[in-house]
Formats: sequence, C-alpha cells, structure tokens
Amino acid sequence: MSKAPISVGSSLPRVDGAAKVTGAARYVDDLQPANLLFGRTVRSPYPHARLKAIVRDPAFDWDGVTVVTAEDVPGENVVALILDDQPALVPVGGTIRHPEEAVALVAAESKERAEAARKAITLEVEELPGVFGIQESIDKQVLLHGDDNVFKRYEIHCGDVDEALKSCDHVIEHTYVTGAQEQMYIEPQGMLAEWLDNGACRITGSLQCPYYVHKALVRLLGLPPELVIITQAVTGGGFGGKEEYPSMIASHAALLAKQAGRPVKLVYERDEDVAATTKRHPARTIHKLGFNEDGALVAADVDVAIDGGAYATLSQVVLSRAVLHAAGPYRIPNVRIVGRAMATNHPPHGAYRGFGAPQTTFPYERQVAKACRILGRDPIELRRQNMFRLGDTTATGQKLEASVGSAEVLDAVEQQLKQPAPGRKATGSVKRGRGLAFFFHGSGFTGSGEAHLKGRATVATTPEGRFEVRSSSTDIGQGATTIFVQIAASALGVSPEDVCVAVPSTDNVPDSGPTVASRTCMVVGHVVEAAAKKLRGKLEAWAAEHGHDPGDLSAVARAHHQSVGEAATTSTYAPPPGIVWDDATYRGDAYPCYGWAACAVDVAVDTDTYEVTLERCVHAIDVGKAIHPTIVKGQIEGGTLQALGWALWESVVYDKGRVQNTRMTNCIIPTCIEAPEIEALIVEQPYPHGPYGAKGVGEIPMDGPAAAVANAIEDALGVAADEVPMLPETIERLLRAKENA
Amino acid sequence: MSAHYLKPATLAEACEARAAHPDFVLLAGGTDYMVGSHHRPDPPGVIDLFGLEGLGGIEERDGAIRIGAGTTYAQLLRSDLVRERLPALFECAREVGAVQIQERGTLGGNMATSSPVGDTLPVLLALDAQVVLGSVRGEREVPYHGFCTGYRQIDLAPDELIVAVEFPRPPQGLVQFWRKVGTRRAQAISKVMVAASARLDDEGVIAHVRLAMGAVADRPVRLEQTEALLLGKAPSEALADQARDEVRREIVPINDVRSTKDYRLSAAANLAARFVRTLC
Amino acid sequence: MKLELNVNGAAHEVDASPVARLLDVLREQLQLTGTKEGCGEGECGACSVLIDGRAVNSCLVPAAQAQGCAIRTVEDLAQGDALTDLQTALIELGGTQCGICTPGIAITATAVLEEEPAPSRERIRELLAGNLCRCTGYQLIIDAVERVVRERNAK
Repeated sequence: MSKAPISVGSSLPRVDGAAKVTGAARYVDDLQPANLLFGRTVRSPYPHARLKAIVRDPAFDWDGVTVVTAEDVPGENVVALILDDQPALVPVGGTIRHPEEAVALVAAESKERAEAARKAITLEVEELPGVFGIQESIDKQVLLHGDDNVFKRYEIHCGDVDEALKSCDHVIEHTYVTGAQEQMYIEPQGMLAEWLDNGACRITGSLQCPYYVHKALVRLLGLPPELVIITQAVTGGGFGGKEEYPSMIASHAALLAKQAGRPVKLVYERDEDVAATTKRHPARTIHKLGFNEDGALVAADVDVAIDGGAYATLSQVVLSRAVLHAAGPYRIPNVRIVGRAMATNHPPHGAYRGFGAPQTTFPYERQVAKACRILGRDPIELRRQNMFRLGDTTATGQKLEASVGSAEVLDAVEQQLKQPAPGRKATGSVKRGRGLAFFFHGSGFTGSGEAHLKGRATVATTPEGRFEVRSSSTDIGQGATTIFVQIAASALGVSPEDVCVAVPSTDNVPDSGPTVASRTCMVVGHVVEAAAKKLRGKLEAWAAEHGHDPGDLSAVARAHHQSVGEAATTSTYAPPPGIVWDDATYRGDAYPCYGWAACAVDVAVDTDTYEVTLERCVHAIDVGKAIHPTIVKGQIEGGTLQALGWALWESVVYDKGRVQNTRMTNCIIPTCIEAPEIEALIVEQPYPHGPYGAKGVGEIPMDGPAAAVANAIEDALGVAADEVPMLPETIERLLRAKENA
Repeated sequence: MSAHYLKPATLAEACEARAAHPDFVLLAGGTDYMVGSHHRPDPPGVIDLFGLEGLGGIEERDGAIRIGAGTTYAQLLRSDLVRERLPALFECAREVGAVQIQERGTLGGNMATSSPVGDTLPVLLALDAQVVLGSVRGEREVPYHGFCTGYRQIDLAPDELIVAVEFPRPPQGLVQFWRKVGTRRAQAISKVMVAASARLDDEGVIAHVRLAMGAVADRPVRLEQTEALLLGKAPSEALADQARDEVRREIVPINDVRSTKDYRLSAAANLAARFVRTLC
Repeated sequence: MKLELNVNGAAHEVDASPVARLLDVLREQLQLTGTKEGCGEGECGACSVLIDGRAVNSCLVPAAQAQGCAIRTVEDLAQGDALTDLQTALIELGGTQCGICTPGIAITATAVLEEEPAPSRERIRELLAGNLCRCTGYQLIIDAVERVVRERNAK
C-alpha cells in the first residue's frame, strides 16, 4: 500500500528552484564551450526592397571571419512553420519584406570583431513602396500578398445578425484598436550550435518548442531527423515570443557553425531582440452589438483585422483564436464574425500569451460595459444575465458540457470586492473609477488540433529506483517541470522526490507538442498521468510475477533495472470522445474546454498628469484544478501584470515599419511600484479529461484586464478609452477632445 | 588599444590630469558613459573621479549648503541635511533610477551630461544653485542659471572640472516643490519635470518665486514669464489657472519617442497650477 | 590593463580595458555566470552585484573602478548547500519562475535589508524597483522578502 502523500494540490518547492536562486542554472549565454565563435546578423534597414547585392567592405580585414549568405544553405532556404513563406536569409535577387530581415551572418572569435564585421557588410537594394498599417493593407494600393493582402480569412455565422440588429432596442458600434506588445522576457533570445563528428547538428538554446526547431532545421540543413538534435537550455521566459523565432536563430547559428567548423553562439542583445523578433499582433476591431432594454444581448457583428507583418508565420492561428473568442462568453443568438490577417511590411508578428484572444476580448468587454451604462445596469448583473452556463451552445455550435465556472468567477469577484482593499492608495488630486471584465479562454488547440498532434510522453525507471518523465514540454518559468513531477508522483503513488524530469532534448524525449496554447498541464499533463499509471500497472504486474512488494515501487524499479533494465511506457494523447470540429465551416467544438475569468480593477487617475494608479485588482479564474496552487497564483499574478502593462504602459513605436523604441529604457514594462496587489482567486470547476480535473491557466489572465482598466477609466473620467495602450498621453487627448466637444 | 587610466588621489591632481589630457573622459559613476560603451572604441584615456575625496562632502557653511560634485544620489538620500533643507533635491534623488543607479550616479555627472531630461537640473535652477568649477588656474563660481548654453552644452572649459554645487541659504519660509513625470514610477526617463520654490511675504503675497522645468526644451529652463506673472500676487485658484495658461504660452515642448508635445504642455501647465495651489 | 579584483573573497588578476564592463569580466573571465545580462543599460537589474555591500548594476561599472572593493556575486550568497533565508523564501513562496531575474533580486534584497532591516511592504517595492521581473508580477517576490523581514525581526 503506497504511503506517499498525494502531491497534486500541494505547493511543494519548485524542483528547479535551488539552481535558480544560486545562479547555478545555465541559460544559453552561460554556456562557454571551447573554440567558441560569436555570431552576428546582418539585417536590412529597408522595409521593402529588391536585394541586388551583398557588399563586403574590401578595406576590412576578413581574416578569421566566417560569412554566410543564402547561397550557403544546404537544404531549403526556409524557416519551416505553416506556410513556409519565410526564408532564413534573403537571397541576392530576392525581396526584403521587412526592416531587420536577416540577409547575412558573420562569426568571429570575439563579440567586438563579429560586430565590426557585421558593420562591414552593406546591402545594395532597389527600394519598393511599403505598407505599414492594417487599413493601408486592406486598401491594397500596394500588393504584398496574393491579390488582396489577406494571409487568411475566417468567418463564423450563427442566427441572422442583420435581422436581429434591425429589431433590437439598442445598437452600438465602435472601432477598437489594440497595439503591438513586446514579450520582454528578461533573458534575450539566443542559440548555441555545434556540429558533431558524426555529421549531426546540435542546437542548445532558449526556446519553448524543441520539435518546432527540429522540423525547421531538418529542412534547412537537408539532414535526416536523427542528425538534428535540439536541446532546451534553462530558458528565461518566453510568453510565446520563443515559440517560433528560435527556429530562425537556430538556423542562423547552425549555418555559421557549419561554415566555421566551430561552435557558434548567437545571442541577441536587447535592442536587436526588440527590433527583430515577433510581437503581439496589432488589431483593429469594428464591433457592433445589439441588445434589448431588458439587458439581453441579441446580436454581435464583429469585423476583426490583425497585422500579420511580412510573412504568414503563425498569423492564421492567432486569427483563429481571435475570431473564436470574439463574441465573448455570452449567449448571443445572432453572431457574425469576420476575421482577416493582413500582410504589411512590419517584422512578422507572432505568438504572445493570449494569442489573439486579448485583441478581441478588449472590444467585446468594452461594448458590454457601454451597454451597462446605457441601460443603467450593474456590470456584474448584466454579465450574469447573459453569460454562458453549463449546457449552453456557443456561436460555433459547441455545447458546453463540462467545467463551466462562469457564475463562480463572477461570484468570487463580487465577494472579494466586499473585503477591504489591500490599501495601495494614490496620493494627490485623483479621480477614481471601477471596471469589470468577464471573459473566457479555450484551453488547448482548436478543434482537431490535438488529435492531429498526437502528443506523447514517456515515463521510465532509472537504475536508482527513480522515475523520469520525458516530454518535449519546456519549463520556461511556468513550472511545467514541477507539475509533471507532481502529476507523475501522484499517479505512481510515490514521493515527488523520486520523480525527475529529463531535460527536453529531441534525442531523448518524444514530441509532446509545443509548449503553447495553455495545453501543457491539461493535455501533456494528462499524457504524463496516463504514462505514469501505465508504468505503475506494468511494474506492479512484474513485481507480482517476481516476488517483489508492489507497494514499494522504487524498489521494484531498482530490481527491474538490475534484472531486465529500464522499464518505460509511452502514452499518446487521445482526445476526449465526441469532439467534432469542421475546419472548412468553422463549426463544432472549437476547444476541448474553456477557462473562465472575471477581473475587477479600481483606478485612480491623476488630474494633473493623467497617470493611472491601480489601487485594486481582483482576478478570479476557473482553472479546473490547481495542481500546484502557488504556481497557479504565480501565473495569474504574472499574466495579469502583463495585461495591465499592455493596457497602461507598454507600446511599440514604429516608423515605416521599424521599431523606434528598441531598448528597455524606452520599451518599458511595469516595475514593482506600478504593480498592484493582485488578489488572485482560484476557482475549481474540474474538467473530466484534464489531469485531476485541470484545465489551462497560462494565458487566460492576459485576456481581460485591459478591458477592465478601460472600463474603470471610463467610470472615472467619462471618456471612452477604446484603444490599447491607454497612456497618459491617450487620456490627455481624450479629455481634451471631450472638453472641446 | 586599451584606454589610459588615471586615478588622481587629490582634487589638485585631478585638475592637473584634466589640463594635461583634455581629451580624456571624466568618469564618475559611469551610469551615462557606460551605456553602450562595449560597442564604442575605447576612449584615449579615462580620468577616474569616483570617490575622490575632494569632490565629496555635504556640508553647511553659514546656512548655505555645499555638495561635492562626486556625491552620489544614495549619499544625498542618506543626508539629514539634504532631506530637511533641500527637500526638492531629496525627492528628486529618490526618483532617479532605482537603488542600483543611486549608488553610482553623481550630481556632478548629471550636470556634466546636461541632458534635457537630467533629473537634478531643474532643482538646481529652482533653488538658485551656484556651480563651483576648478582647474589648475583656480576656482570660479557661476550661477547654474546660464550654465547650460545649448543642447548638452555647458560653460565648462576643456581644462575644468565641476567641483561642487552650492545652494544659498534659503529665505525664511521658502516652500520647495518637485514633481517628475516619467514613463513609469522608477527607472524612468522624464517626460516632464517641474521644480519650483516660492516664499510669501507677511501680506501673503508671493515675494520670491522660481519655476523650472526639464524635458520641455533642449536644456532645463526657468519659466521667467510665468515667474513674472506670479511675483507680487497672492496665491489663489484664479492665479493657479492663470499660471497654467501662461505656462502653455511659454514652453515649446516636442513630440518624441517617449511622449507628445500636447501631453507635455498639459501636464507641465497643470503641475505649475498645482504648485501655485500648494501656496494657497 | 592588469586589474586586481577581489571577488567573492578571492583575489583575481585580470587583463581588461579599464572601461570594460564589470559584468563581462565576471562572466567571461572569471566564469561567474550567475550574474545575468538582460538589457545592458542598467534598467533591468539582472546584472546586480554587491560592491562593498551595496547593490549596483555591473553592466555599468567600469572594471577599473571595481578595484579596491569587495565584490560579491550571487554565487557567494549561499554557503555551500546552505541557502540564505531569502533564497529559501523565494523558492518556497514561488518568487522564482524562469529564474533569470532571481540572482539580481537576491543580491539587491541582501543589500537593502542590511541597511533597512524592517522595511514596510511599500518600501520593499521601492527598494526593488530596479529589478524587473516579467514572470511573477512581483507579488510572490515581495511576499518572500516580507517573510524574511518578519522572521529576522522576530528573533
């Protein structure tokens, strides 16, 4: 009989904590192999141009400097992702499509020499007209992609929107604009590439998805899969920013290392990282909401366009999530959502926590707040009246059959607001207001995504009698390693100290799917649980056959090793039965399940300087089951502050496609003085197909707070803040416009 | 080619080094100089002034307060004298960067860099500070008002060092005011800075006023038109509104990557009005 | 130029430009990679080290100015396997997620608590404002420092 306590639900110290607090954890830039060269990237300053020549300054001493151009790509010059339209390096004769696009690479023995070599390469181009905004792209005076600049279009239809809008009591239509956002992980991106004697290329780096990088390099290098090895180094934050871009850097490092015959480390300095890597998609949403005097939401007509940048990359997936969340967590019988991902000459935009949902949550929660004001209804009551409940059907025809914590999160926020506030009060002359947002977030991949992925995880014995979890899920700070220990330990019936997690390396772990989409706990955790249970069964059976006590699984494992060797089981994700999704019509079960959240914010706006102080932030989230309550709390608090940052302080300033604020001094994120005391409330409405009932929590905290802040600002000042960010400059402009009107 | 490195042991030695090597970089805490330094070639040489005793000290002489140019923000914050007698300078130091910057950044460095958004500079204007400059030729003292001659330009000869700042004995009842608006509450470059001081006479009328701002021009500025408007008047709501309108006429801020002209005008004007209200 | 540095109680002689960044000397010449580079301009605090007990951004310290001082990096906080109370609190309370800001936080908190042993929660925020964290939202970090303050002042 197992005496081990159940680990799930407890907040044990995270397993990688000691290495992190002592500085022993090794991030990619900490790796200093012998014979190392430092790489640098030569980039285009032009947003759109034909590349005529790459010119090396003849006066520069090129001795000992490795130079790589597109001609040196042994396989396909592509960073494989979805559409495969993005090259690793622009070839001479090809087209530069965005500022900072990579054209050539250099490596040298010192960073100074590499940097000098980088500056000694210039480009001869023929400039072309560029497109720098969503509307410009829609107007198609310059065609960048196809015949309409649209990378992808999705539509969702339900009921009869036009009829409903004619007959309802109120119709409000507004345009909402949300800006780009830089992930600003404190560890900049970087890769280390080494070529081994057997012809294999080994990459170690800061990344979220080893198998994405693997897939890209197999094609770029023209190598069989077993000769490409991608290993995750300890990674200092990702938030989506290290989902796809690492494939680009890994490609570059691999090419340099191959050419040089020596290991190459390519680590970005902060300004290069901000200038060149992916950001949250800017979006513009025209949202028309029809509602009746009794408070019922009757129709939603939503036109959302996102700025994909120069290449398709992940834009269609971001767009998918944006449209699938655009009607909100409400019973609205008539819905029309049209979404487009537009091509521009911005550096490609990419994954960032929320992944399209924050961009469409802002509009719908602003609209519902405006409806409350028009009707004179309490914000929480109107949400209650219209929210999805168990058994309701969404706009895509999905029946919500389990794990719907909509009422519970609203109740939790309402109750918490009756408690005294933590007491961080603004001083001086201020105007105060309160705002609410209510929202949801689909956990895991859309529709049949998980069925296609077939994510796998393995649990295996070690000679010492411990149990090793092998999956490609990366701990990027969110605690994946620790929760896998808990889940496996609980399933095996052993102490967490007897469980370890293998460093994700493609030569050692199966493809569990990428570390994205709030799927790591719910999907991969489920697979880990299944594999652990399977292994337990296998070992118990073996123990019974060989006269060992099945209650001491560690001893059984040791004995198994001694006599037969490693015992390992692999499980493959089997989606819950009954998930039906049609990609062509965009109808059916969009996500396996949803997280639910409500966020209330109290603001104090300084009447002299228009600065906003967050005096209170209450955020309740239904996560199904908190495997590790402190980790869940950390995700809620961290995600909420990123959302508040997006709302109030963070902006990316572009000029002709080029980021102007590339340094931390100008591309700011909140310090701990800006951060409010976030009252994080964990609600649990278990999801039957998640490990111990768990759903995702990584992204949902990002989706709603910006709308709550805008609603609070409107409550305080009577101005409609319909854009993100709401800088003091924005508020000053809105107030002045109101005064002049 | 690595930079020559000189570390003078006394102020006299520092002046000699400066005279001998006007092309050497004067290095105090390095919080400006070292940003991006690894991308620049080494300077021909460096004269290390950090911690030099002759540039240190916070002392009172006949009611005036003399602060050595090498004084760090952290030292300002640890000084009872500064906290009690120069509250605008104290509040200003508190908002520079964060503790790590405060331990290294110096008053003299801030003045020498003379950025349009230098944190302490409007305070020096508002409190009628005098700058003490030293060289092998001796010392001279000039008012800080006029020390900035252009964008990042100061009245410093190639053989001179900034030695100290002197704040004159404040008149009885002087009120000091400081407000920085940064992009955030710490580690922030200023978008607007207002430093001011004023004294009311026995009839409650403004008998002395200084209104200085940073981040609204190519150098820190005294708003002499608005000062003239306030002088001789009793503070009131109406006067505050007039001050706000006058400031809007007097300053010409710009749009840049951090903020807009419109915002700076409104915030600066509002803060000047706020200052007048504190006198009511 | 030859520089004599005292790092973590040991004397080192390095060859570097007098205006080389102390951060680079520590990481590359002394292989003390616990101190991190996040921004290269003194904004994020990931490079914080102690110089004579005070927290400073090592990316902004010219190597020559680090002579004649006692420099301590994160590697010097724990004594062998014995973590400091602050390091333990950060782990136990969830104050470390991706960990890249953690060495800087540990260094800065060590320094500021020496000078102010009983700061309020609001004051803790002010003292740590030069250490940026993108993962935690800061709250669990502040909780950890508060716990240390409580425990130390209870003795």
